[in-house]
Amino acid sequence: MSNSNTKMVEPPEGVVGEGFFATKLNDVVGLARANSLWPLPFATSCCGIEFMATMASHYDLARFGSERVSFSPRQADMLMVMGTISKKMGPILRQVYEQMAEPRWVIAVGACATSGGVFDTYSVLQGIDKVIPVDVYVPGCPPRPEQIVDGVMKLQELVKNESVRRRSSPEYQELLASYNIK
Amino acid sequence: MALETIQIQEKLIETFGSSVFHFNQEKDIFSFEVAADKITAVILFLKNDPILSFHFLTDLCGIHYPDNVAERQFAVVYHLHNWYENKRIKIKTFINGENPEIKTISNIFLCSNWMERETYDFYGINFIGHPQLKRILNMDEMTSFPMRKEFPLEDGGRTDKDDRFFGRTPLNS
Repeated sequence: MSNSNTKMVEPPEGVVGEGFFATKLNDVVGLARANSLWPLPFATSCCGIEFMATMASHYDLARFGSERVSFSPRQADMLMVMGTISKKMGPILRQVYEQMAEPRWVIAVGACATSGGVFDTYSVLQGIDKVIPVDVYVPGCPPRPEQIVDGVMKLQELVKNESVRRRSSPEYQELLASYNIK
Repeated sequence: MALETIQIQEKLIETFGSSVFHFNQEKDIFSFEVAADKITAVILFLKNDPILSFHFLTDLCGIHYPDNVAERQFAVVYHLHNWYENKRIKIKTFINGENPEIKTISNIFLCSNWMERETYDFYGINFIGHPQLKRILNMDEMTSFPMRKEFPLEDGGRTDKDDRFFGRTPLNS
């Protein structure tokens, strides 16, 4: 076992003794959440193609605990919005977000999801943060799979360091209220 | 015998007189204009006449000419295709800019139902008698008709575009 090549996640900071390990609940929960982020791909255009490459064997997003792509928002933790979101699509995206259970995170992949990209026009939503809160923005048009993986890793850092109480804090409630999400 | 354009022209003039005019060959497509109040009759005739038999509507769309006189500010364009002779024609009809409306042909060609809805969606042209004239591509809450020339192309909600970096301010300050 000791000379195995298997990479394991580092344990959180804590006190190690004979037969016991003491650490903060916050860190354990964060570790578990960060390494089992189930993605919900919301792919509307070319960034979605890059995501397919990211999920496939070469880039293998499964290494980060995102093996199971959830096509139901109810079992997903991480909403990945990839592609141009038209204004007509806005309410649908919002509904998908509302159906996800807490805790939930959002990655905006690519220029269009982030800011509208080149589509500065009447029919396109100028960034998904107009309708739902976003945690990580991945730039690029479209971004390379490496960039998407980097975005997921950035999100893992956020998740690891998030307090277990954050989702019931008044600041978070206020954030949701500012988007008119219950 | 192939269907000659002169034959189409003669048949139309014989039936509709001065309501069809401006016949010309634009590139490789034979085109003419029809008075707006005669459009349904002309299209029905073109479809049902055994020799003409333009039984396929390829396209229906709108055009906005803001510089034209008020009576000719909007155009509706119909493309018809005769499959037997492989002959295509284009029909243009001009309508009023103040209150753009024209009779529907969705009872003649069923496929024009969605095309007329699209034309309404983008130009606000009212197709009288259309069974369900409502927006098809844009969001229902939209109040403007975005393909009209006075409509700004860019979205007002854009926040990351700084005019200074797009050469839109005279002074780069």
